[in-house]
Amino acid sequence: MNYRMIFKSLGSVLCIEAVCMVPSLLVSIIYSQGDTISFLLSIMILVSLGLGLRRIKTITNNIYARDGFAIVALGWLSVSIFGALPFLISGAVPSVIDALFESASAFSTTGASIIREIEGLPKGIVFWRSFAHWMGGMGVLVLMIAILPSVKANTLHIMKAESPGPDPGKFVPRIKQTAKILYTIYVILTAVQVIFLLVGGMPLYDSLIHAFGTASTGGFSNRNASVGAYGSVYIETIITIFMLLFGVNFSLYYAFLKGNIKSVLRDEELRFYLGTVMIAILLIVFNTYGSVFQSLGESIRYTSFQVSSIITTTGYATADFTLWPAFSQALLVILMFIGASAGSTAGGMKCIRILLLFKIIKREVIKIIHPRSVQTVKINGRIVEEEILSGIMTFFFAYIAVFTASVIIVSLDNKDLVSTATAVIACLSNIGPGLGIVGPAGNFADFSLTSKAVLSLCMIIGRLEIYPILLLFAPTFWKRVNM
Amino acid sequence: MNIIIVGDGKIGYSLAENLSRENHNVTIIDKDSEALRKAEENLDVMCIKGNGVSTKILMEAGVKDSDLIIAATASDEINMVCCLTAKMLGVEHTIARIRDPEYANELSLLKKELGLDMVINPEQATGREIARLIKFPPAINVEMFAKGRVEMVEINVTKSMAIVDMHLKDIAKRFSSSVLIGAVHRGDQVIIPDGEFKIKENDSIYIIGQPSKVYDFCTLIGIYIQKISNVMIMGGGRIAYYLTKYLEEMNIKVKIIEIDRVRCMELTELLPHALIIYGDGTDEELLISENFNEMGAFVAITGRDEDNLISALLAKHHQVGKVIAKINKLNHTDIIKSLGIDSVVNPQLITVNYILQYVRGLQNAMGNSINALYRIVGNQAEAIELTAGNSAKYTDIPLKKLNIKKGILLAAIVRKNTIIIPHGNDVIKPGDNVILITKDKIINDLDNIINWESNR
Repeated sequence: MNYRMIFKSLGSVLCIEAVCMVPSLLVSIIYSQGDTISFLLSIMILVSLGLGLRRIKTITNNIYARDGFAIVALGWLSVSIFGALPFLISGAVPSVIDALFESASAFSTTGASIIREIEGLPKGIVFWRSFAHWMGGMGVLVLMIAILPSVKANTLHIMKAESPGPDPGKFVPRIKQTAKILYTIYVILTAVQVIFLLVGGMPLYDSLIHAFGTASTGGFSNRNASVGAYGSVYIETIITIFMLLFGVNFSLYYAFLKGNIKSVLRDEELRFYLGTVMIAILLIVFNTYGSVFQSLGESIRYTSFQVSSIITTTGYATADFTLWPAFSQALLVILMFIGASAGSTAGGMKCIRILLLFKIIKREVIKIIHPRSVQTVKINGRIVEEEILSGIMTFFFAYIAVFTASVIIVSLDNKDLVSTATAVIACLSNIGPGLGIVGPAGNFADFSLTSKAVLSLCMIIGRLEIYPILLLFAPTFWKRVNM
Repeated sequence: MNIIIVGDGKIGYSLAENLSRENHNVTIIDKDSEALRKAEENLDVMCIKGNGVSTKILMEAGVKDSDLIIAATASDEINMVCCLTAKMLGVEHTIARIRDPEYANELSLLKKELGLDMVINPEQATGREIARLIKFPPAINVEMFAKGRVEMVEINVTKSMAIVDMHLKDIAKRFSSSVLIGAVHRGDQVIIPDGEFKIKENDSIYIIGQPSKVYDFCTLIGIYIQKISNVMIMGGGRIAYYLTKYLEEMNIKVKIIEIDRVRCMELTELLPHALIIYGDGTDEELLISENFNEMGAFVAITGRDEDNLISALLAKHHQVGKVIAKINKLNHTDIIKSLGIDSVVNPQLITVNYILQYVRGLQNAMGNSINALYRIVGNQAEAIELTAGNSAKYTDIPLKKLNIKKGILLAAIVRKNTIIIPHGNDVIKPGDNVILITKDKIINDLDNIINWESNR
């Protein structure tokens, strides 16, 4: 382990976090609701610590996969911990664990909250929650790669550990260029959404908050009733469309810009993702029309919003789906596990993994019928390597294992099983609201401190797709000489 | 520049490493995902799995926006087709590795018909390099500039030499001012020396000058130069073929030991004048029975580094005058040097140097090609030959008035047939070939050697 390099990189990460607090500082100055000082203090702490760590002299700049994973895991933990400072200092969230929960929820783009009254909070603090979302969506370390000079080849390990998907890669030769392109697409799409929301009559502040929440598929709102508070079909439609857009693999946008429109439309993951959305909407409309909603239009409006919000793991709500029929609820819970595309800002297990798992099942069935047939699993006409396939199967199990373990710990709180299980999956898949007491109308405030800590960890585990955090618990990972 | 490399073998990887270090955007195409993984993990390049001949894969690699494609797969034919396809798809420059002697003879035709801008033949280049070393045995390394009019010779300083513990300026006064010591390799460092620099025992010095002057200088400082008249080559591969051709031109007798009977038969046909011996070159008995201790030089160029090393050490042990070994794994050069083998050649390094030279030339703003580029001790320093354009920025100004950047040494100016070892009052004229030695810098244009800010 190259500890010096790891801590030096952590220094850079903290400095970037400090810079990212500046917009929130400005917002707090504009509205002057007494939270300015909390940002100033937090920035000072971050800068002094970050610059201090950056002064570490490294013996060698070489990092290997394990160092990359350590940087990502520790980076995310420290970003979440230090991101809680403004909440604590301003007194918006007085308890340490609660502040950590809120911060982890913000950075991991979960959007689960322990705050009952959002509208009473200072605007700077609320802005910080959403801006943290936005940062966490594309990734703090990807941002570091994009803006810091002297990016070396082996930073790819960092990007691979942070980006979601079974085999994240570059789409241009330079890693730095790849990171820049990712952020450019991200910034432009977010800006476009802000403009659309402004056109719909949403105030600038609210537009920014909701655009950040959508772009990162996070789901924090500045209104207690989330997007439902606006009661506007236009705003809901815009947010629905953009939620779905941000659930698409960003490399497809690059291919699209490059003019490979055909290959984008033929992309199997995109088709699977959109197909799942369509089928889920149809089934739930069918199920809720007449029982919950009296008109078909209303049913389509609320269903499509809720489905998009859940599958992209955003977590905005315009309707309380805890009151929907069990069939609809079951479908939504399944969508929670699936999530959106790899290489997007969304959480969950990702469509591509589910799609490949189905293909593996198909292969097994064919193998039983034709035992001597040679079968390869292909995606977009390309053979997927066996190593990636077994990685996906292991990931699936690991996901379920983390889910199960967390459910067991959280169930000690003695809440009902639906609330417990959906609270865990809502955090693990970075969605936010679940069912029962953690539904769109509820929040996570009633859980015990242990549960909140476990759920906070779940969020980061889910965001980093399990392994980086899991590695932290492996004793040999920490040995200077790995044996 | 955007560069596509097809074939992630030893040469492909090495090229990708060097080109990406020089800030080019490199995409590698290969069929083997295992090889690609190594490149992906260690280099800042993009890797695409697939066949480099396929249009689809080439398009995916962004062939339309690429400036250069280098085809370096194991197969000459694939390389040719690949370059041809890429040219059709709009790539500007193509380089193919073609190494089969059968093709090598029709190279100019192939180049024209396939639109190849450059053909590299690592084996031939290696053969030429070894031949040069045999021509001038004291040298660890011989590099050529200006079509052979200037040479750069690396020599190890031993205790018996007259220049030990002398300052460079005194050496120039006492022996010869028509050669220049352009770089010194001491320990694991390369130094570009000035007049006050003192030569020590065990330094490797790089002498630059006209071949005859370098020769004279070497005899003056006490190096005994023995002409080699017979050479034993171990390993009858392609390098052996090309090397033998070069050696026969120099009237040197060649004995080749080859382990494969079929290849031996082929060689007897390809090289009728050479003595082909069927046997294992690592077998000491065989070597002694073929009286290899009487040989002027022993060259170990089998495909296995280990065999080459063992046999080279064996030859050194039996006091063969000049021992040369081919090594493919780059990282070992330092260790090998300490073993006492006279010269080590690395086909990869030679090839990479050729291609870097070409690529730098492409980047050159004036379109001035780079005539030669050699790297000294890995990547620490470079010797590079450029043609001066008509730019008035540096021409006709006495060198002492030009503020040349630190770490750059003007080693020689070649004007038609005269070679000038430059001094303060000399000038660069348009059309001159200028030989530079640089450290820690990437130079692709003569304009870049001058510090403009402090000049004004």
